[in-house]
Amino acid sequence: MNAFTTTVADGWTIARRDALKIRRSPDLLGSAVMFPIVFVLMFAYVFGSVIEVPGMSYREFLIPGIFVQAVIIGAQTTGYTLTLDLGKGIFDRFRSLPMAPSAVLVGQTVSDLLMNIASLVVMAAMGLVVGWRVHSSPGEAVLGFGLLLLFAYAFSWFTATVALALRTPESFNNIATMVSFPLMFISNAYLDASRLPAPLRVAAEWNPVSTFTQAARELFGNTSSAMAVPDAWPLRHAVPVSLLWIAVLLTVFVPLATRLYKRAVSA
Amino acid sequence: MSDAITAEGLVKRYGEVTALDGLGFSVPQGSVLALLGPNGAGKTTAVRVLTTLVAPDAGRATVAGCDIVRDARRLRERIGLSGQYAAVDEHLTGAENLEMVGRLYHLGARRSRARARELLERFDLAGAADRPVKGYSGGMRRRIDLAGALVADPPVLFLDEPTTGLDPRARAALWDTISELVAGGSTLLLTTQYMDEADHLADRILVVDHGRAIAHGTPDELKDQVGGNRVAVTVSDAAEMETARQALAWVAVGAMQTAPESLRITVPVTDGPGALREALGRLADEGIRVRDAGLRRPTLDDVYLTLTGHRAPGTDEQAREAVR
Ligand SMILES: Nc1ncnc2c1ncn2[C@@H]1O[C@H](COP(=O)(O)OP(=O)(O)OP(=O)(O)O)[C@@H](O)[C@H]1O
Ligand SMILES: [Mg+2]
Repeated sequence: MNAFTTTVADGWTIARRDALKIRRSPDLLGSAVMFPIVFVLMFAYVFGSVIEVPGMSYREFLIPGIFVQAVIIGAQTTGYTLTLDLGKGIFDRFRSLPMAPSAVLVGQTVSDLLMNIASLVVMAAMGLVVGWRVHSSPGEAVLGFGLLLLFAYAFSWFTATVALALRTPESFNNIATMVSFPLMFISNAYLDASRLPAPLRVAAEWNPVSTFTQAARELFGNTSSAMAVPDAWPLRHAVPVSLLWIAVLLTVFVPLATRLYKRAVSA
Repeated sequence: MSDAITAEGLVKRYGEVTALDGLGFSVPQGSVLALLGPNGAGKTTAVRVLTTLVAPDAGRATVAGCDIVRDARRLRERIGLSGQYAAVDEHLTGAENLEMVGRLYHLGARRSRARARELLERFDLAGAADRPVKGYSGGMRRRIDLAGALVADPPVLFLDEPTTGLDPRARAALWDTISELVAGGSTLLLTTQYMDEADHLADRILVVDHGRAIAHGTPDELKDQVGGNRVAVTVSDAAEMETARQALAWVAVGAMQTAPESLRITVPVTDGPGALREALGRLADEGIRVRDAGLRRPTLDDVYLTLTGHRAPGTDEQAREAVR
């Protein structure tokens, strides 16, 4: 076997292991499936009853934002499980085997992608139940889900990097919460960001979460002509800028996570 | 026969601590070397360096003909490792763990599965094969980890304290397995806390302390190095221990070992039978009631005590207790 096929085969072996682990860990499954359900219901019924967006139902406006939020939370599984594994001896076992070293991270991110797919399916179903609809062409809708999953995969490498730098589940969870909450809430995911006061509005407009949310709304057709057209550059070109973000995340964090993994396990 | 493992001047530092301080040795193909040494001697570090888990700061080593630094990938195809702490996945079943290891050795799906079942049988884990390892006992984890080292039938095996935490039956079974493997031509480096384990399994023993080799040889050579016989006396009353020690000091040619729990005193002597006669005479003069007395060859425990200045971490007695 050459290096490439070895990496693919080993990555798949590791991904299968991680998928089994997810299936057997109620806490991980819970966050992957229960979170989205709770969020859809809570935002749709609690916030939905007081927030209004011009020209469309709040629920239709909301669901793409919830998709992005679920991706951000789901991708944290990668970092979190890596910190758990670092505390056990399993990486010693892997490193004593003739496998491709990169297969550990490739396998982990791929299995988390599979989990994110499952979570998006559950959420889309929940969305349909509460009144969300796709108003674009099927092709665009597929692109919308594809974009979300690419983002999920790229973001997994980011959380892997953070986890391998911090190395303990506690510190990872603290940082993850501290970073992801402002990211999710200072954005257009739950409300119309153009109505925020100036400094928050600028932060929200340049926040990648807003870019991905805007891109998802466009691709699912959940936009309304009655709403002000955002004039910030990333929001006017949401789909290409999203792709750019994905490319940047992958180019920076795939090598960085790989380097940090080597350092973390060879101590 | 050629050497399966060679190590030269291995140095590994962790900050202030020098875990390996110029360790060197070789293990001929098809033989068993036991690394023996107190806690913190550097045994685990030596195993980790030789299995490519950590890079040495200085020195060179080859395993199965592969350099540990330059040829790490090829080396890993030829070794099996069971570390001091079980490296298994809690959420996977015993069978899934072994199957995964087989696939990562690139045995293919079908052979990995067959091999997993075979090893589960061999390590008496067939009944627990399909339960997540999370629910295994300490000894069962140890065994599944050992099985992991054997999945690919590698020519060179590294087992770091393989029998620590095993019950007597599992320990005896592992000894048999190891003997079979070695009879089949495998080379083994093991570390152990137990003198009689080294005595039983190893062709050669390397006594390590402070990251250096302080003695090397076959069990018999090491015993000869320490020399002479031992007079071992068991008194019947703890109150008489001190008097007995003083009486026995007359015949001792080295440090006495006292085991207060078992009321036993062991003294190295030069002339065996004569010394025993004299010892018994002196004890009788003091009016000490002797429950048991005898002459014995030095054990590895004696070797260890003489060489490192402290008792072995797991004494002979405990070890034998455990095997019984
Ligand atoms: N990762 C590490 N970081 C810092 N120090 C370490 C590390 N690993 C080992 N050491 C130190 O190196 C020395 C040798 O440790 P090692 O684990 O090799 O001993 P050992 O002979 O296996 O002991 P034991 O019988 O307790 O298993 C010890 O002083 C230990 O504290
Ligand atoms: Mg050790």
